[in-house]
Amino acid sequence: MFETALSVADLMFLAKGAGITILVTAISVVIGTVLGIIFGVIRVQLGAVYAAPLTFFLDIFRSVPLLIQLVLANAFMGMVLQLQLSGFFVACMVLSLYTAAYCAEIVRGGIDAVPPTTRRAARSLGMTWGQDMRYIVLPLATRVALPSWIGLALGVMKDSALVYVVQVTELLKSTQILITRLQEPLFLLLICGAFYFIISFPLARFGGYLEKRWSND
Amino acid sequence: MIEIQNVRKSFGQLEVLKGIDLNVAKGEVVTVIGGSGSGKSTLLTCINGLEPIDSGKIVVDGTEVHAKSTDLNKLRQKIGIVFQQWNAFPHLTVLENVTLAPRKVLGMGKAEAEAIAEKQLKHVGLGDKLSTYPTRLSGGQQQRMAIARALAMSPDYMLFDEVTSALDPQLVGEVLETLKMLAEEGMTMILVTHEMSFARDVSDRVAFFHKGIMAEIGAPEQIFGDPQHEETQKFLASVR
Repeated sequence: MFETALSVADLMFLAKGAGITILVTAISVVIGTVLGIIFGVIRVQLGAVYAAPLTFFLDIFRSVPLLIQLVLANAFMGMVLQLQLSGFFVACMVLSLYTAAYCAEIVRGGIDAVPPTTRRAARSLGMTWGQDMRYIVLPLATRVALPSWIGLALGVMKDSALVYVVQVTELLKSTQILITRLQEPLFLLLICGAFYFIISFPLARFGGYLEKRWSND
Repeated sequence: MIEIQNVRKSFGQLEVLKGIDLNVAKGEVVTVIGGSGSGKSTLLTCINGLEPIDSGKIVVDGTEVHAKSTDLNKLRQKIGIVFQQWNAFPHLTVLENVTLAPRKVLGMGKAEAEAIAEKQLKHVGLGDKLSTYPTRLSGGQQQRMAIARALAMSPDYMLFDEVTSALDPQLVGEVLETLKMLAEEGMTMILVTHEMSFARDVSDRVAFFHKGIMAEIGAPEQIFGDPQHEETQKFLASVR
């Protein structure tokens, strides 16, 4: 017979951790996507040579493990800049830039996938560069980029488990706290995994729905 | 009026236009024929400023196309161009493809733009395809949609760049019929085409391009019946 010391209060504690995970992910993905679109468009417009400094900056965020970025950013903000920032703020800031670095590549790939002849047709109708981007390029690029973007958003959600290093008690950290107290690691990790699945599933399904709808156009 | 004066244009080392002079009056239909690489298509993209030129000038209704002060987006509203590849906007329905520029560029209201788009789409025989997405249309239908999309801007001039070249042979006729209809309605047009019998039928004048120069220009009866330039004779013999 299976027995557990897990109480309703413990479950609520996990749910609160899941809430923090959702919040950190949502903020980072929204800010990271907006920045990623801006960086991606700049990269396409400037071309490889002129965009090299930006590309290098973004490569740092893509190459250095997130855990190291979080620890260093936290130390830099506190010790060098003498800023008293909350762990939550630092977590969102680092994860946003991390998301933006990947998103810029996705956006660049999406824009490159729009045929130049289609853009030429838009410009030949008298559309400005901005109108071409707004009404032709970005909608088409979105269709190409969506699967990768969904993958990125789900990845960021799971990577957000690392923000415990800046004292943010998200879902996995909450689980670890309960494991220490209750000594039921497998059962608690199972519940933690279920929480992650419940958070991820709607996003993955929504992405699938959009892909299907657009492919029917 | 379109005035092309001593226009030169190179891509790298390759000079594709070597001093072209051509005037096209309002209501006139000028067809440009010639082998590939003769500069025909480049000339069209230069006329509406999609390509810069190296020297010479192109003037449309008194506005110099490549002058720094020229608002190209505004100028392009009066010069429609349709390409070999129809370049439909695949994420928009046929109706939205046609209403987009009138709404966003001319600032028209939705109802007004839709009324114009419907009229133009009916005009080219696509009145029953308004809510269809372009990917569900044949090549000929997509090309006619591209023509309606350009016409919806009420251009004063239309440029057609080998608009039937990418079509299956059985779809060429429907697009040529549409062009013929526009010519009969008095639209000023410059057409680049490989359809010789069509060029003979619709043109007021036919220009023959060879290696970046306009070797010969004249009435269709003269160009096709009694070509003067040796290269024109060779070209026409090869396509007959």
